[in-house]
Amino acid sequence: MSYLAHTADDRRRMLERLDVADVSDLFADVPESVRLGRPLRLPPGLSEAALVRRMASLAEANRGTDRLVCFLGGGATDRFIPALVREVVGRAEFLTAYTPYQAEISQGTLQAIWEFQSMMAELTGMDVAQASMYDGASAVAEAALLAASATGRSRVVALRSVDPQSRAVLRTYAAGRGLEVVEVGDRGDGRADLDALAAAVDDATCAVIVADPNFFGVIEAAPEVAEVAHRHGALCVAQVDPVALAVLTPPGEWGADVAVGEGQPLGIPLAYGGPYLGFFAVREALVRRLPGRLAGATYDARGERGFALTFQTREQHIRRERATSNICTNQALLALAASVYLASLGPQGLREAAERSLALAHAAARRIAALPGYRLANEAPFFDEFAVRAPVPAERVQATLLRHGLLGGSDLGEDYPERRGELLFAVTEARTEEEVDRLVAALEEAGA
Amino acid sequence: MKTIFEKSVPGRRAVWFEPAREAAPADAVPEGRRRRTPPRLPELAEVDILRHYVAMSQRNYSIASGPYPLGSCTMKYNPVVNEAVAALPGFASLHPRQPAATVQGALRLMVELEAALCEITGMDAFTLQPAAGAQGELTGMLIVRAYHRARGEGGQRTQVLVPDSAHGTNPATAAMAGFEVVAVPSDRRGNVDVAALRARASERTAGLMLTNPNTLGVFDDGIEEIAAIVHEAGGLVYYDGANLNPILGVARPGDMGFDLVHLNLHKTFSTPHGGGGPGAGPVGVKDFLRPYLPGPRPVRLAAREGQEEYGLEPPSESSIGRVRSFYGNFLVLVRAYAYILAQGGEGLRRVAEDAVLAANYLAHELGPDYPLAYDRRPMHEFVVSTAALKRETGVRALDLAKGMCDEGVHPPTVYFPLTVEEAMMVEPTETEAVENLDRLAAAFRRVAEIARTDPERLRTAPHRTPAARLDEARATRHPDLRYRPGLSLPERDPQAAPAGAAAPPA
Ligand SMILES: Cc1ncc(COP(=O)(O)O)c(C=O)c1O
Repeated sequence: MSYLAHTADDRRRMLERLDVADVSDLFADVPESVRLGRPLRLPPGLSEAALVRRMASLAEANRGTDRLVCFLGGGATDRFIPALVREVVGRAEFLTAYTPYQAEISQGTLQAIWEFQSMMAELTGMDVAQASMYDGASAVAEAALLAASATGRSRVVALRSVDPQSRAVLRTYAAGRGLEVVEVGDRGDGRADLDALAAAVDDATCAVIVADPNFFGVIEAAPEVAEVAHRHGALCVAQVDPVALAVLTPPGEWGADVAVGEGQPLGIPLAYGGPYLGFFAVREALVRRLPGRLAGATYDARGERGFALTFQTREQHIRRERATSNICTNQALLALAASVYLASLGPQGLREAAERSLALAHAAARRIAALPGYRLANEAPFFDEFAVRAPVPAERVQATLLRHGLLGGSDLGEDYPERRGELLFAVTEARTEEEVDRLVAALEEAGA
Repeated sequence: MKTIFEKSVPGRRAVWFEPAREAAPADAVPEGRRRRTPPRLPELAEVDILRHYVAMSQRNYSIASGPYPLGSCTMKYNPVVNEAVAALPGFASLHPRQPAATVQGALRLMVELEAALCEITGMDAFTLQPAAGAQGELTGMLIVRAYHRARGEGGQRTQVLVPDSAHGTNPATAAMAGFEVVAVPSDRRGNVDVAALRARASERTAGLMLTNPNTLGVFDDGIEEIAAIVHEAGGLVYYDGANLNPILGVARPGDMGFDLVHLNLHKTFSTPHGGGGPGAGPVGVKDFLRPYLPGPRPVRLAAREGQEEYGLEPPSESSIGRVRSFYGNFLVLVRAYAYILAQGGEGLRRVAEDAVLAANYLAHELGPDYPLAYDRRPMHEFVVSTAALKRETGVRALDLAKGMCDEGVHPPTVYFPLTVEEAMMVEPTETEAVENLDRLAAAFRRVAEIARTDPERLRTAPHRTPAARLDEARATRHPDLRYRPGLSLPERDPQAAPAGAAAPPA
C-alpha cells in the first residue's frame, strides 16, 4: 500500500528543477554519524487487501461487546449509539480538517465547537464550557490546576469515591505543579464522609473534588460537599456523568464552580478506552482561566454571523510558559460526536435513556440483592451503576459470567483494598430485560 | 447559517427509547436531587439534524478538499482504509475493563506498535498512554523530574532549556512540570546557538527540549554536540517528535543522543486530525528511564503451550503515574499501526524522501517574494519571511494567508515560529502530487502579485469563502460563547449594510 503520489518521472523532474542529482543530496545536513545506515527492521509494506486481512485477524482475536453482553462500567459505559453519529463524524470534511486557525474556511468545525460548548453548558448548568479535553481524567487534573491558580492555594482535597484513574492522573499533574493532594473516604455506604471532609478542608485548600454519581455509582451528597468547599473559599470541582444529568440536578444548580467529566457516554464507542472526550465547564468568573480552546460567535466583514477561536491569549501558542495549560490538539471529533448524539436524542431522548438506565439498573440490583449470599455493597441511592458483595470470590463470578457470554463485575478491590470482592455493575439503556434475566441467572449459578 | 438551536422546535424528535417494563422506584433519585428543568438541547427531526451537519461540513476545508500545507502539522493524506479498520467491532466495541483473555488482539496490536516505534526511533520502550503531543511532553518532562529526584538532584535541577523557535507547548509543558524555562537563542543558520547553550547549561539544568529538524524546517547538524553539552551538565535531552516525518528510516533520535521522545501519531503516522483532535503522543525512552514510564503497559507474556499470550504489566514503583485513563487513544493507535504495516520499513523511508523533496521543490517554486528565513536547504518544511513584501505593500502574512483561501487552497501556518518576522511555515507533505505542489506555488505567487496590484483586496480577504474575514477582536470584546435564547448574536449584524450590498472594508 502506498499513499505516495510521485512517479519515478515526477521525482526526476523535481530533482532536475532543483538542480540536484539525487534525493540523498537533500539530506546533506544530516551528519553521517547519526544516520541509520541500514533499512528499518520492519516487515515489507502490505497491499490494502493484505492489510485488511492482518488487521481483521487482530480484531478477531478479541471478543467485544458486539459478542458479549456488557455490564461493565467504571469509567467507560456501553450506551446505544445512534447511526447518525457515525455518519456525521465519518465525513471527511470534519475528519480530515485540523484546528480551525483559519476561521473563514473552518466554519463547520467552529460552529460545531460552539454548539458543543452550548450543549455542555446546558447539561451541566454552568455558564461556559470549552472545546474539549483529552478525557475525563485529565479534565479533573486540569480543574485542580485551574483552582490552584484562581485561589493562589496549593492543597487539593479529593473524595476517594472519585474515579481512581482520574485521581491517579490528578496526582501525576499535581506533582508537576507542586500541589498537595489529600483524599477523604466515604461513610462505608459509598457517600462522602462530610465530617472527615470538613476536617480535611482548610483555608489553604484550593479545590474539593467530588464525583456525582461517584465511582460506586452512588448519588453523592454533592450540594453538602460544595458547601464545605465554599465555607473555606475553595472551589468545588464536580466530575459528572453527562447522561445522569438528564435526571439529576446539574452541578451548576448545586454550587459547583467547575464541572468536568468523561464524555464517552455521549455517542462514543468503548474502543478499549479511547479516544474519549473530556468536557470542562465553569462559572463566568473563571472563563479566562480555562484550559484549551474556546469558540465564540462574531460577525464577518459581510455582517454575517460566524465563529472564531477566542481568548487565545490563555493558550500555549501565545502565552507559552505562562499559558493556562499546555493542551493543543484536543478531542474535537469526539466533541462533534457528542453534539450529534445530544441533538439526536434531544432533551426527551436523553431523559428516556437516563430513565431506562435507572429503571433497569434498579430492577437488576433488587433481584441480585435477593439472590442467596448476595447483597448490595452500599445502602445509598444510585444511578445506573452499583456494587455487589458476592458469596464467592470476584474472579469466580466473572468467570461464570463470561462463560455465559456476559461481561461484568469489575472488582473494586483493585482500587479500594477494603472493598476487595465487591463487584461493580453498570446497567444502561442499551440492555434489555432478557439480558438482565441472564445476568441474574448467571450470578445465581456463580453463587451456588 | 443558523445554529442547531435556532432550528429547534419544541416537541420534534429523532431517537427515542422504550421505557423499561418495570419503572424505577419513585425514590430512586433522592428528593431534591431530581432535575426539574430539562437542559435546552435542540429538538429536530432526524433528517434536519443530518442536513445541519452536512451543511456545516460543507463550510470546512479539509485534506479531502485539497492540499493543506499547514507547517508543523504534517497534514498528509489520512488513508481511508484505516477508518474501516478502526471501525471493526473487534476493536471499536471493546470495553477497557474486559479481562485480558478477551482482548488478546488489542494487546498484541499495542505491543507490536510499541516495537515498531522503538525500531523507528531507536528508543527502548514506549508508553502509549498520552493523548496528544503536549501530553506526551508532560509525560516526558515528569520523567525527567523523577529521574533527577531519584538521583537526589531534584531540588537542584530546576531549569529546562527550550530553543526560542520551539513550539508553544514546549515551554508551557516545562512550566506545568514545575520547571523554570530558559530560552536558548538560535544561531545565524537557524540551529541552536551552541555557545549560548553552553552558557546556559549548568548543574541547574534538568534537560533540553528539541525538535530536529527544528521548527525552522532545518536539520540541526550540531545535534551531537548539543546533546553532549546537556549530558555533560547532567541534564537529559528530550525530542519533540512533531517533525519526525522527514527522518523516517534515515536517522533516529535514539542515535542522535536523545534520551526520551514523544511522537505525534496524528502527524507522522497519518491519523486524521478531526478538526483539532484526537491525536496520540506516545513517549519512548532509553532503558535507563524505563522504570519511570506510566502504566499499565501492554506486554507479551511468556508463550503458553505454543500460544503467544499478552497482558498488562503494572507500573513500577518509580513510575510517574498515570497521565490518561486506561491505555490511551486506542483507535488512533490502531490507525497508526495500520499505516506502518501498509508502508513497511522501506515505504517509511520513501515517505521521508518524498516529504523532503516536496518541500524543497515547493520552496524553490515560490519565487522571490517568499525568501527562506534561513538560506539553507530545508527538510520536510520551510519557513519564509514576507517582511520585505510587507514593507513594500503593507500586506501582512495574515492577509496573504486569507488571500490564499480565495485561491482555493489552505494557507500555511503563519506567525510561527515567533522568531521569524512575518513567518509563513509551509509543509506540503509527501502525499501531494507535483500538480498540487504547482497549484500551491501558483497560489503563493498570485497573492504576492495581488499584494502589489490590489493590496486592499488582500486586507479584506477572503471574499470567496463560506465566511468573509471574521472580526476576532469582537469575539473577545463581546464574548458569545454559548447559545442563549434572545441574547446570542443574531444571524446578521443589525448594524451591517443590507446583505448583497458592497461589503465595507474590514
Ligand atoms: C513542533 C510541535 N511540537 C509539539 C506540538 C504539540 O502536539 P499536540 O498538538 O499533539 O499536542 C506540535 C503541534 O501541535 C508541534 O508542531
